[in-house]
Amino acid sequence: MAGGGATGGTVQSETYREARTLLLLPAWVTLGLLTLAPLMIMLVYSFLTKEFRGGVIWEFSLDAYDQFFFDRGLFGDEPPKIEWTYIGIFWRSIWQAGAATILSLLIGFPTAYFIATRPEGQRAFWVFLVTIPYWVNLLIRTVSMKFLLRDEGPLNDGLIGLGVIAEPLGIVNTNLAVQLGLFYSYLPFMVLPIYAAVERYNFALSEAASDLYAPRWAVLRRIVIPSVKPGIIAGCILVFVPSLGSFLAPDLLGGAKTFMIGSLIEEQFKGNAGNWPFGAAASMILLTMVLILLLVSARQSRKEAV
Amino acid sequence: MPQDRDIAIDVQGAVKRYGTFTALKTISLSIRDNEFFTLLGPSGCGKTTLLRMIAGFEDVTEGAIYLYGDEIDTLPPHKRPVNTVFQNYALFPHMSVLDNVGFGLEMLGKSKAEARARAGEVLEMVQLSQFAARKPSQLSGGQQQRVALARALAPRPKVLLLDEPLSALDLKLRKAMQVELKHLQRETGITFIFVTHDQEEALTMSDRIAVMSAGELQQLGEAREIYEHPRNVFVADFIGDTNLMEVTVDAVSNGRAQCHLGGGHRLTCDAVDGIGPGAKVHMSLRPERLFLSADPVADESLKGRVREMIYIGTDIATIVDLDGGPQFTVRSSNSSRGNARIFEPGTEVAVNMEQGAARLLID
Repeated sequence: MAGGGATGGTVQSETYREARTLLLLPAWVTLGLLTLAPLMIMLVYSFLTKEFRGGVIWEFSLDAYDQFFFDRGLFGDEPPKIEWTYIGIFWRSIWQAGAATILSLLIGFPTAYFIATRPEGQRAFWVFLVTIPYWVNLLIRTVSMKFLLRDEGPLNDGLIGLGVIAEPLGIVNTNLAVQLGLFYSYLPFMVLPIYAAVERYNFALSEAASDLYAPRWAVLRRIVIPSVKPGIIAGCILVFVPSLGSFLAPDLLGGAKTFMIGSLIEEQFKGNAGNWPFGAAASMILLTMVLILLLVSARQSRKEAV
Repeated sequence: MPQDRDIAIDVQGAVKRYGTFTALKTISLSIRDNEFFTLLGPSGCGKTTLLRMIAGFEDVTEGAIYLYGDEIDTLPPHKRPVNTVFQNYALFPHMSVLDNVGFGLEMLGKSKAEARARAGEVLEMVQLSQFAARKPSQLSGGQQQRVALARALAPRPKVLLLDEPLSALDLKLRKAMQVELKHLQRETGITFIFVTHDQEEALTMSDRIAVMSAGELQQLGEAREIYEHPRNVFVADFIGDTNLMEVTVDAVSNGRAQCHLGGGHRLTCDAVDGIGPGAKVHMSLRPERLFLSADPVADESLKGRVREMIYIGTDIATIVDLDGGPQFTVRSSNSSRGNARIFEPGTEVAVNMEQGAARLLID
């Protein structure tokens, strides 16, 4: 690149390069200050020693990571032993977020498809309807969800009234409640990218497929879904990633058994009981997991595009 | 009603309404087995609507459609043994050319291997074998067009529907594809129903043509019949170039009608049923059936003055102002054997017509 550029290097392209550097400066500053710097701070803090009433002592330490993964430390006299508590919490978080993502996809895809197939003038209205609930604060929405789901709430009352069930379902404080909470928190992030993809979809392809003897489900599976796949992947990432680190829904709708990584991190920074390096380390582990996930899905879609 | 099994597609009184708008007004026509049949008309005439009704993408508001004697208008598209070549091809972008072509067979329950084998055969037929592994986006427009054709032919449909398939191609390629399509139709023996707004394309390719306008069938017949014996003003005007003249019929006798046009010019032509003395109707005179001379060659020569000469290449068109009225275009072949006598603008000339050049039209 550099060699090729030098041969054609004119005065004009020099000025252009300078101008470009200058114009890109705000973007680099924003990225640096708001993304890279906080990440670096977090990375550094995860390798420091904890101060008991919050904060850190500026001394290098691997204690945080050690505590996350091992019961008996790597550096003790006895052989190390893996600590399953946090890995379990981590695993449960992935599972909960995954379930919430699948739930969002199952509801979000038909919703997005419905909106994208309305007459053009009506689509904005339907998108507006989907986003309205999200003008309300997430905390209030999550608390409301609890009221809806609790044993004396409208869901159970309604089902009992209809004679579908005899006893309240006891949803609150279960994994299902947390999944429903996460699903409701992030549903628009599933609907909107899929909607954008379906809107761009050429419906003549569906006609062509049914002309070629494909029944409706085959049209959907073989033609529509592969065509809007980028939207589906984007939606899944946008729901899965915030669900994974979420703490409101598990705190409010779940119990001790549904403790998730987000709550674990939150606890480390709240009040005096916290352990900042441990919180930072858990965040870094979460971040690494998400990064790996994104890389794998990016590679997957690049492979399919060829 | 008993149905004729030699009729590939029988449309009986088909009507299409969208709310209060009638797109198709009671169309009835029969398309024969192994025929290259063209639906021709300007945009909005209902030709594509009719094709989509046969394919199953549009409901039939009234009437019925039969495929070799079986009523198909109530079946969903995927249960009709007809296939469509779409105007913009509608190739599946995420599938290879081979999988595009094999899709229909796979959906018919053939194994993937079987579908691929047949797809390979059809690709060979359209000379695209070497592109089987490519994605549609890696092909040129003409190649995509042939893939669309192969995809629709692969499941061996009873009838192939073609919705303006050549309209996106440039002129040269379009001409080549016209010939190729015609060959394919002969080779496969499949009935083709071809939709186009291009009258020249229709004349070149079709066994029979249905001319449509404003949701109605205007005329159905072979190319020659439609060009030389247009039934009404619309058909005469839409197919080819013509001189449309308002005439008054003076008398009818022995199968000939005597008429006069503006400026008092008189001429006779074949009488047409339903047009009697006193009728004010239109007359069509094809420009290539007229010729010019310095002096009148017959009693019925029309006298006028040359206004303009247009050099077209194969032909020369001369525009003549008749004395006291209408304007004529006369077209003559630009060859040494042809009748292209060159008359400079302003020259006095006589416009003469060949036998049967003038035709009376119903409005």
